[in-house]
Amino acid sequence: MRQLFEGADPAVSGAAAPGGAIPEGPLAAIYAGTLDCVHCGLCLSSCPTYRETGRELSSPRGRVHLMRAVAEGRIEFGATLAEEAYLCLGCRACETACPSGVRFGRLLEETRAAVEHAGLRRGFARRLERFALRRVIPNRRRLRLAVDALAWLQRLRLDRAALAWLPRRLAAPLALAPRVPPRAARRPLPWRTRPVMDLAVASQSDVMRTHRASVPKPPRGRVLLFTGCVMSELFGDVHHATARVLAANGFEVVVPHSQVCCGALQAHAGDAAFARELLRINLEAFAGARADAIVVNSAGCGAALREAGDWLPGEGDALARRIRDPLELLDEVGLRPPAGSMHARACYDDPCHLVHGQRIREAPRRVLRNVPGLELVEHEDPTSCCGAAGIYNLTHPEMSDAILERKLRTLAAADPDLILSGNPGCLMQLRAGSRRLGLRAEVLHPMTVLDRAYRNQES
Amino acid sequence: MTAPAGLLAALREIVGSERCLSRREELLPWECDGLTLHGSLPSAVVLPRDTHEVARIVRACRRFDTPFVPRGAGTGLSGGAIALDGGVVIECAKLDRILAIDGANRLAVVQPGVVNAALSQAVRPHGLFYAPDPSSQMACTIGGNVAENAGGPHTLKYGTTTNHVLALELVLPDGERLRLGSATGWSPGVDLVGVVVGSEGTVGIVTEVTVRLTPLPEATETLLVLFADVVSACRAVGAVITSGLVPAAMEIVDRRTIDAVEASVYAAGLPRDAGAVLLVELDGPAEALPPQIERIRALCAVEGARVQRARDDAERERFWRARKGAFGAMGRLAPDLYVHDAVVPRSRLPEVLARVGEICDRHRLRLSNVFHAGDGNLHPNISFDRRDADELARVVAAGREILEACVAVGGVISGEHGIGTEKRDFMGLVFSADDLEAQHRLRAAFDPDGVCNPGKILPTPRFCVEANPKARGYDHVPL
Ligand SMILES: Cc1cc2nc3c(=O)[nH]c(=O)nc-3n(C[C@H](O)[C@H](O)[C@H](O)COP(=O)(O)OP(=O)(O)OC[C@H]3O[C@@H](n4cnc5c(N)ncnc54)[C@H](O)[C@@H]3O)c2cc1C
Ligand code: SF4
Ligand code: SF4
Repeated sequence: MRQLFEGADPAVSGAAAPGGAIPEGPLAAIYAGTLDCVHCGLCLSSCPTYRETGRELSSPRGRVHLMRAVAEGRIEFGATLAEEAYLCLGCRACETACPSGVRFGRLLEETRAAVEHAGLRRGFARRLERFALRRVIPNRRRLRLAVDALAWLQRLRLDRAALAWLPRRLAAPLALAPRVPPRAARRPLPWRTRPVMDLAVASQSDVMRTHRASVPKPPRGRVLLFTGCVMSELFGDVHHATARVLAANGFEVVVPHSQVCCGALQAHAGDAAFARELLRINLEAFAGARADAIVVNSAGCGAALREAGDWLPGEGDALARRIRDPLELLDEVGLRPPAGSMHARACYDDPCHLVHGQRIREAPRRVLRNVPGLELVEHEDPTSCCGAAGIYNLTHPEMSDAILERKLRTLAAADPDLILSGNPGCLMQLRAGSRRLGLRAEVLHPMTVLDRAYRNQES
Repeated sequence: MTAPAGLLAALREIVGSERCLSRREELLPWECDGLTLHGSLPSAVVLPRDTHEVARIVRACRRFDTPFVPRGAGTGLSGGAIALDGGVVIECAKLDRILAIDGANRLAVVQPGVVNAALSQAVRPHGLFYAPDPSSQMACTIGGNVAENAGGPHTLKYGTTTNHVLALELVLPDGERLRLGSATGWSPGVDLVGVVVGSEGTVGIVTEVTVRLTPLPEATETLLVLFADVVSACRAVGAVITSGLVPAAMEIVDRRTIDAVEASVYAAGLPRDAGAVLLVELDGPAEALPPQIERIRALCAVEGARVQRARDDAERERFWRARKGAFGAMGRLAPDLYVHDAVVPRSRLPEVLARVGEICDRHRLRLSNVFHAGDGNLHPNISFDRRDADELARVVAAGREILEACVAVGGVISGEHGIGTEKRDFMGLVFSADDLEAQHRLRAAFDPDGVCNPGKILPTPRFCVEANPKARGYDHVPL
């Protein structure tokens, strides 16, 4: 036995002694970040991959330990860390548990970038992924074409047929893909939605008209809506709902048209350079318009944009300060209670990138509790990952399925009519999962529920 | 040291290659536990999923003459879960099923990898909880708790793990399965369950534990008492205990720790202007608590303290989360933390704390204190950076002096974190050679060949080395 880390094992690496030289290049930032970890282990049980495998290696503490060992030159930068960096979901539950302030999400992105840099990931799947992330996802026209193609497959029921004969890796995306919404829901938002000055006008409710009609509400300000990439194509209805709900709450909603994809998926996949390019475009898109906040209704995009300062210090920080989740904003300013109601028993399942990435836990619950008729029930472990994690369900289907199953079991136990989650990836994953397991619950974005309540559509 | 090829093949045959790791890069995360002072790389890690696999793994290790070490979550703070001598780590984290909850008889049967907090959560609907609540409870396992006889803030009223284990199943170092104790809590003859609890994984691998559950108290009150300094807080704790009150918990958190916690995700709004805070928890029948609160208020007022009451469950929970996140939060001060653990007679706490402060000052070390004051169980925490060889040497020197200071006033060298490798060579401070040999013989009754977590707890006596030269197959702890 020895005191830990008194020197690198020369037989293995012969690299810089850990006590001495601080590494350079991409490993330097990683090294500094790993020093925050005191090895207390409090993060272990919050980590989905640790819970599944029981392996310290696949735990946050173990991963930080490996990163540090690589940075110190005690072991080579090789397949083990590369594999762990991608087996990790990036859910950041460990950050919520960590008393020592380890910025795991950041460390993970840096490690993945270093993995790419070192050429440790190769092969067809990676090339396909990079093509999709660089060429399709952030390009509105190509993405639209791709989604159109998917819509045709679904309409002709070819996707079902394809599922039967495609190898699993290729079939998975099809199985997970949500039904492409009708054209109407995919139409872009108008560049501007006017605020509703008087709540009663928005509602058809007699009760509300008699009670509120005489009290005109002043507009509350102007917000910019971030529309993202996949959200617009596959969850355009959520954007429309968000705009209507914000308008009903007295906000003017403006959609800057030169905005692009947030870059989160690319950064998570180790393509930091490309993510930074996208951020530059977005900085410009959002710089001009005068507004009180930038509303981001996709938790993943919101988390990424809130950390824009990591990618572009200064400018990025300024953008980050303006980012709001719509539920957070409504909680801040006080929701104007909807006139209609929504009679349902609902489970709110925290998107990782909202609860862990943006530390927003109570606000959505407080807002939803104000929806007449909506009964919010807590299920076990609402803050753990559903296994979607960006494109994780495509790259690691077995682990993703195991994690999803655990999630669905806890949800099924609470027997909700609605499952609410404010992130496109989670919506797809939870929908696909509940379909497979035959859950009766409808999976919705919270803004959709609010919108229905305002529009008084009982469901 | 690498594992014999035949052993790896045998282990893979038992658990499959997914659950048997042997490459150095993969093993590295298992080289230490919560104590980063000592490290040792295992030759392999295996992850069994049931008792049967555990027994087969043990027999395979025996066949290839390789020692083995059970491990839970690796939150131990004394090096207990590291494998010396090229041993194999038997990782019990996936033995994580709650096998039975028996509300009527207030007990549960669990596998060792069940996380402490998960057990309490699971039995809550039955109006019960599992009383031992180490600060690491959100991560540590029942198996690790049994092995370390873990305590926690609520030990003051409810006792340590040993008071809550009714029966257990053990895979002995020869691969045999053995059941000890009985679910009734009464078993005639020598208390062998008591021997296993606190044995730090040196007498076999615990594969099933029957634990006693405790009814949730009708009412709970948590007080936050603000003192000018740690010493006056200690005096108040003494006064409360002397008065005959039995609070459920009494925990002191000093200023430096408050600052660190308040900067963390566990921030609970602890006052920044207090020199130390004392967390007091009272539980019991609702009508019994208000008079107790008044008495505590009066006793603390003597030390010039202010008393606040947690307004609701949410605030109470925040206070406790802050307390329990305290060790980890110290990571904000330096990359490493040495969490010390010793017990002194409660009345000597003030002078010992002063002495500990002096020692750390002399060694130019950053000290913080957060501890189970009601039990006289102190945890001087020293922040350091293991990359700084000089500082490391000072940490080790101060550690020894702290233990000596505790022993000098009639204390002992560990309260709840165990001996492991960390304090193995200090056992001589509290035990004579005869005592140690008696302990050796007891351990040898379970593990005659010294293959189960060797090198822990007991310093290697001369007669062992003569009888079995392999027992020295590792270096001494460099202290
Ligand atoms: C932040 C923090 C706070 C802590 N607070 C407390 C506290 O308040 N009170 C307290 O008592 N401790 C505390 N500890 C120490 C530690 O959490 C306990 O010792 C705990 O019991 C260890 O459990 P584990 O599952 O992590 O075991 P490990 O660290 O994995 O192992 C500990 C020992 O148990 C043995 N072991 C593990 N599983 C088995 C098994 N199945 N059969 C036989 N032996 C086994 C190992 O060989 C080893 O010797 C704290 C630690 C940290 C990091
Ligand atoms: S990000 Fe999620 S999966 Fe990755 S280490 Fe943290 S908790 Fe585990
Ligand atoms: S909780 Fe934080 S400091 Fe503790 S082991 Fe995990 S990452 Fe490290």
